[in-house]
Amino acid sequence: MALIESRNLTKVYSLGDVEVRALDGISTTIEKGEFVAIMGQSGSGKSTFMNVLGCLDTPTDGHYLLDRVDTGGLSRDALAEIRNKKLGFVFQGFNLLSRTSAVENVELPLLYNGSHAKERRERARQALKSVGLEGREDHHPNQLSGGQQQRVAIARALVNEAPIILADEPTGNLDTKTSVEIMELFVKLNRESHITVILVTHESDIAAFSKRIIRFSDGHIVSDEAVKK
Amino acid sequence: MKFFYLTFNFLTFHDLKMINIPSTFKISFRALRVNKMRSALTMLGIIIGVGAVIAMVAIGTGASQKIAEQISSMGSNLLIILPGSTTSGGVRMGAGTQPTLSIGDTDAIIKECPAVADAAPIHNGVAQVVYGHLNWSTGVIGTTPSLLIVREWDLSAGRSFTMQDVKSATKVCLLGQTVVDNLFGEQTAVGQTIRIKNVPFMVIGVLGKKGQNAQGQDQDDTIMIPVTTAQKKLFGTQFPGMVRIITVKAKTAEDLASAEKQINELLRQRHHIGPKQDNDFTVRNLTQIMQAAEQSTKVMTMLLGAIASVSLLVGGIGIMNIMLVSVTERTREIGIRMAIGAKTWDIRLQFIIEALTLSLIGGIIGIIVGISTSVVLSSLSGWPTIVSPVSIVLAFGFSGFIGIFFGFYPAYKASLLNPIDALRYE
Repeated sequence: MALIESRNLTKVYSLGDVEVRALDGISTTIEKGEFVAIMGQSGSGKSTFMNVLGCLDTPTDGHYLLDRVDTGGLSRDALAEIRNKKLGFVFQGFNLLSRTSAVENVELPLLYNGSHAKERRERARQALKSVGLEGREDHHPNQLSGGQQQRVAIARALVNEAPIILADEPTGNLDTKTSVEIMELFVKLNRESHITVILVTHESDIAAFSKRIIRFSDGHIVSDEAVKK
Repeated sequence: MKFFYLTFNFLTFHDLKMINIPSTFKISFRALRVNKMRSALTMLGIIIGVGAVIAMVAIGTGASQKIAEQISSMGSNLLIILPGSTTSGGVRMGAGTQPTLSIGDTDAIIKECPAVADAAPIHNGVAQVVYGHLNWSTGVIGTTPSLLIVREWDLSAGRSFTMQDVKSATKVCLLGQTVVDNLFGEQTAVGQTIRIKNVPFMVIGVLGKKGQNAQGQDQDDTIMIPVTTAQKKLFGTQFPGMVRIITVKAKTAEDLASAEKQINELLRQRHHIGPKQDNDFTVRNLTQIMQAAEQSTKVMTMLLGAIASVSLLVGGIGIMNIMLVSVTERTREIGIRMAIGAKTWDIRLQFIIEALTLSLIGGIIGIIVGISTSVVLSSLSGWPTIVSPVSIVLAFGFSGFIGIFFGFYPAYKASLLNPIDALRYE
C-alpha cells in the first residue's frame, strides 16, 4: 500500500454565494522513496493539496490516507501528532524562530514529543551535521545566509526521522547557485536516506531535480509524468 | 461558558497526558528570555503591586504592634476619674476644672469597690530639679505607692515610698530613668539628695524604663513623690486633700464595666449627688480608648492592603495586555509550532506558563522591594514595621494566581489559531 493515498479528495470553500472548488476529486498515490514535484499556477489547487497532505487542512470530501491511516475524522491534536512524527515541513520563508540558535530551532519538534534534553541536543546536532552545518549550532538566523537558514529548516524537518518532507517553494527566496545546492541536498536525502520528498514549485528548472511531476489546474490533476533524465 | 468547558477539560487531564510539562517550562523560559526588555516591563506592574501590599501591611502591622506595646506600658484595665463633668447645669464644664475628687475618695474606692484592684490619686506639676551643678525640668507626680501597682510600674533600684511616707508627707522621691540619666549619668542615684523646687528630697528608688506613651511623651521623664508632700511642701494647693486625677485598676478586663458602675455609685453617694443631678466627676475607660485605637489601626492596615491590592490587579491586567500583544506578534511563530506538532494544550500551557513565570518572578522581586521599603521606612521614621511571613506567602500565591488567571485568555486565543493562516501572517 502506498505511503500517501488520496481518494477523490475535494476541498470546497464558500465565499458568500460563490463556491470555490480548490480541489475537485483528486485521486493519486505516492510511494515511499519518491521525489515528486507539484506544479501549477496560483489558484490551481497545488497549495491546497499540500496543506491537506501536510495535515494542516482537512478535505470537505474524499479520503486522505497517510501511512495506511485515514486522517478523516482525526482530532486537531491527533493531526498535530502525525505532523510531528510523519511529516517535515520546509517553507519558502524558512520560518525559523528568530533570536534562537540553530540547534534550538532544529530541536523544536523534539520538544513536542517528550524527548529528553541530552537526546534532543544530540539528535539536533546530528541533523545539522547531515545538512552540512556542523559548527554553526549556536548561530542565530540573522547570522546565517538564506541558504544556511534553509538548511537549518531542512535539518529541523529531519530531526524526528519523519519519512516525508513537504517543501513549499523551498528555493523561492534563494539565488540560483544556492537553489541548486538546496535541491542537491534534497536529491541526496532522497537517494541515500530514502526520504519521500514532495515539493511545490512553479519553476521548471527546480522541478527537473525531481523524479515525477504532477501538474494541477483548476483543482484537477492535468498531468502526472516521470521526469526524463 | 466556553471557559468552564475548557477548565473542565483541563481538569480531566484528557489532553494533558500527552504533554511534556518540563519541556513546556523550557519553551516558556526560552521565549521570555528572547525578549528580556518586554518581560521586565511587564513584570513592573506586579512588582509594584506586590511591593506595595507587603510594605503597607508591614507598616500597618508595625503601627498596631507599637500601639499595643504602648497600651501595655500604660498598665492594663485602667480607669481614670477626672473632676468635673462634661456638662454641669446648662454650662459645659471641661472635665478636670473643678476640684471634686479627694484622697479620701481614693481610699473609699479601694475599700468599697470589689471590682477594683487598686487606685491611686494624682496631684502633679512641673518643677526644676537640681543635683550638684546639673539641673533638669520635669513633671512631678504626687501620688501613693498604689500608682506603681495601677500602672504596673517596677522599680529598677531602691524601694518605693510607703503609706507611712504619705501620712507623714516625707520628702522622698522615685526618679524616672530619663531624670537619672540627665542628673546622675552613670552614678548611683539611690541615697542621694536632690532639690526639687529648692526643696531637698532623698532619692529612695529608680523607676523601671517604660518608653514613650501613646501621645509620644517620655514616660521615664518623671519624678514620683508622696501626694501629701506634693500638696503641703512642694506645689501647695488651694484645696488641700483634693486631687486632680484618680487612676484606678480593675481586677480583670471583665471587671472594668462593674468597676466603673461601682465607682459611679460610690462617688455619687460620697459627693451627695441627687438622682436627677449630673456627676461632678467623669470616669474614663483608658484601656477601652486604647483598644479602640488599636482596632482602628488594624482596620487601617487592612484598608491599605486592599488599596495596594488594586495595583496588583492592574499589574495582572498589564500582563494580560502584553500577552495578547505577544500572541498577535508571534502568530507566525505559533503557526510554525503547530505545523511542527504542537498540540492545543502545548500552546496554551506555553503561554500560561509564560504569564505565570512573569507574575511569579515579579512577585518575588516585589516581595524583596516591599521588605526593603519597610526596612528603609522603619529606620527613617523610627516606627517599627513588621513583615509577616503570612503576607509574603499570600502575596506570592496571589501573584501566581494572577499569572494564571490573566494569562489564560491570551493562551486560549493563541491555541485557536489556524496554522495555515498563522503561517501566512505578516
